[in-house]
Amino acid sequence: MFSIENILNSFHKWLGSMLNQTNVMLIEMALIAFFAITLFAILGLVLVYLERKVSAFIQIRKGPNRVGPFGIFQTTADTLKLIVKESFMPDKVDKFLYQLAPFIVMITAMLLLAPIPFARGVQIWNINIGVFYVTAVSSLSVIGILMAGWASSNKYSLLGAMRSGAQIVSYELSAGMAILSIIVLTGSLNLQDIIASQENGWWIFKGHIPALVAFVIYIIAVTAETNRAPFDLAEAESELTGGFHTEYAGMRFALFFLAEYINIFIVCAIGATLFFGGWMPFHIGNWQAFNHVMDFIPSSIWFFGKTFFLILLIMWFRWTFPRLRVDQLLNLEWKYLLPISMLNLLVMTLIAIKGWHF
Amino acid sequence: MRNVVETTPEGNMVLNVGPQHPSTHGVLHLFITVNGETILNLDPNIGYIHRSIEKMCESLSYRQFIYSTSRMDYLSAHMNNHGCALTVEKGLQVEVPVRAEVIRVIISELTRLASHQLWWGSLAMDLGALSPFFYAFREREMITDIMEETCGARLTMNYIVPGGVMADIHPDFQRKVKEFIVQFKSKIGEYHELVTNNVIFQNRTKGIGILSKEDAISYGCTGPTARGSGLSCDMRKIYPYSAYKNIQFNEILETEGDSFARYMVRMREMEESVNIIEQLIDNIPEGEFLAKTKAVLKLPKGEFYTRLETARGELGVYIVSEGGTTPYRIKFRSPGFSNLSALNHMIKGHKIGDLVSVMGTLDLVIPDIDR
Amino acid sequence: MENEPLLNSLQTGFPETATVMGSDWPEMSIESTQLLEVIAKLKGSDDWDFNYLFCETCVDWKTHFTMVYHLSSTQYRHSMVLKAKVDREIPQIESLVKFYKTAEMLEREVYDLFGVQFLNHPDLRRLLLTEDWVGYPLRKDYYDPINMIKL
Repeated sequence: MFSIENILNSFHKWLGSMLNQTNVMLIEMALIAFFAITLFAILGLVLVYLERKVSAFIQIRKGPNRVGPFGIFQTTADTLKLIVKESFMPDKVDKFLYQLAPFIVMITAMLLLAPIPFARGVQIWNINIGVFYVTAVSSLSVIGILMAGWASSNKYSLLGAMRSGAQIVSYELSAGMAILSIIVLTGSLNLQDIIASQENGWWIFKGHIPALVAFVIYIIAVTAETNRAPFDLAEAESELTGGFHTEYAGMRFALFFLAEYINIFIVCAIGATLFFGGWMPFHIGNWQAFNHVMDFIPSSIWFFGKTFFLILLIMWFRWTFPRLRVDQLLNLEWKYLLPISMLNLLVMTLIAIKGWHF
Repeated sequence: MRNVVETTPEGNMVLNVGPQHPSTHGVLHLFITVNGETILNLDPNIGYIHRSIEKMCESLSYRQFIYSTSRMDYLSAHMNNHGCALTVEKGLQVEVPVRAEVIRVIISELTRLASHQLWWGSLAMDLGALSPFFYAFREREMITDIMEETCGARLTMNYIVPGGVMADIHPDFQRKVKEFIVQFKSKIGEYHELVTNNVIFQNRTKGIGILSKEDAISYGCTGPTARGSGLSCDMRKIYPYSAYKNIQFNEILETEGDSFARYMVRMREMEESVNIIEQLIDNIPEGEFLAKTKAVLKLPKGEFYTRLETARGELGVYIVSEGGTTPYRIKFRSPGFSNLSALNHMIKGHKIGDLVSVMGTLDLVIPDIDR
Repeated sequence: MENEPLLNSLQTGFPETATVMGSDWPEMSIESTQLLEVIAKLKGSDDWDFNYLFCETCVDWKTHFTMVYHLSSTQYRHSMVLKAKVDREIPQIESLVKFYKTAEMLEREVYDLFGVQFLNHPDLRRLLLTEDWVGYPLRKDYYDPINMIKL
């Protein structure tokens, strides 16, 4: 059966048979860096293409259809254009922070790729506090956005950055609470353990209604955290022209743009891991035969399928809903989502203690 | 740390919205004084697209000047032409053929529909929902096709001339208008499902930008903006002109005066326009479409004023004639100009995000304001 | 009120001013100094209740200016035209901002294009043209060799 895990293991053995342990590690680290950057680029291209096609489908248009079959090379061409574009800098900006900001946002997004289990046994870094790591590192990206807004010396950028700061800080709480409610069920912060605990069914089915509530809150919160419509107040092109990246152009802008899409991928991957079992195939309790059939589908397909399902969900939101106002956004978080998720966490804890879940 | 953003002595920030800004839909420039996100004061700076149409018209003949009025409120070009034609006809005392009157009204109502659809799409876009724009344009496209066949243009249309209309309607006109009505009626529910009933949309518009009836009168607001505040000001109903005398339709009034009321007025007005077209489309009388007039028009000495309803409100055409072949003085009282003057009053104390929704529901067309 | 009774009541209400029937509505001609007094009476009276200023503009007659006010009543649905004569050398007239808020913008426009000074206007600045524009374009003697096209 096709399995990335086996390929990787035999590759590791083959390297080990030729070189000593240190060299193997160095080569593998270089390969992983290469892999991460490649994945970053490919995901960016695929997600942008997907977004354009999805929006076109929703908006009764055709979307990109000229470059390559079905326009699949459109985003490649766009990226090329962005790379060769002059990366000019406005005169009055704070030069150091202005140049640093896109890299902070991008590096944060790349760091988040580390603990994600892409398939059975395929993970860059199996860290025992994986979920904690993701929530901690993902909050760093707001620093990059604030930096960009401040350094641009533009009133619109500043407003956008401030909105973004308030928004991400608030919505992280709900996202954290929603994640916590799965953690209390599994009792582990390790993503592999969390997946292993869904051997006999995904948490969204096993955790009764509280898991469903946690999932809904998680999706809302991460949509806000990644600055996507209907919570795209930081960019809000009809109010703040471009928000925090108004003054950015060329590749610097592209880095913000790519980081946004990578962030979507990551939050959806985490969501899929926590609620839909990550790479774990669809298993029902002890229906051995059914579970075996499901196992024939490679785990990587399960993982990417679930992740892209969630990504499509978030894209669907974006092209349907109007944007909230800034005070309504904070009201929603502090008056509704946070109390609900706290209560939900309590109920979930009760379920975990009593063992009422399946 | 360097002070990146200048502030006023009170510590507020002056933000330039426009002249290039995605939600001003043109070259409107607003100075807004903000404290954080809250707008304290708004000062419109207009004139970026001022072409002095009034001065130009003073050297154009009565046949020529009508064409420059399509460039004022380009979304209700036919109504602008209609207003000028009515004023000139009033001066000349020309009897317009009934067929021309009916065609004028149908064309005007189609223009109103097209204008409101564009407004609906762009309002949703201002509020962050990008898809409704395409749904609106799907139906608007049918109207522009009809216009293209009959009037020969899709945007700056000139069709209504003193004495009637420039040419007879296209043979497909009636069939295509009926097709449009069927299509529109099947889709209006979709509009409401997608935008009107959306919770976020309602929260963004209800209770925002309230304009009381007294203020609407004092600021000289007209059209759907004033009708959202409960001020009955539909010129088609109050001073019926052309074929509006003979048809049954309702004046749409809402009383709340907020953005949502203005929104609902326009939405319901679209259905009313369809109702008007339905009454007329099968009853276009046979006959002349253009009255016989002299080659060179000369208005008698005097002053002529016409009030009529465009998609945005009341258009006033004021012609002062000295008896020559060109107007001595001409003044267009444009609806957007007065509606814009109420914006500062409506927006004070609201957030920057609300500026967009209030401006959207005022339905400002900048060339109409600047002229 | 219809035009005829309105004309009669205006004539009895303002016996010293000239009120005639225009092409659409009754027209009343006054001197610029009388403006505030007349407007106060027209707007304040329950019989007329002219609460709606739907057009305010100016006409350059080469010898003098005429400010033209189109007034209407949202209650009785009648309209009238008020004309105030303004001196061309020292063009000054009282502002109507305290009666009609819409006058603020309309008067700025007239100031911009005709150069009529409105006394007691809260914020009399150029509106459509730039602050440093020379001359008042809608005056009949205005001439701009670059921007004007003579037909």
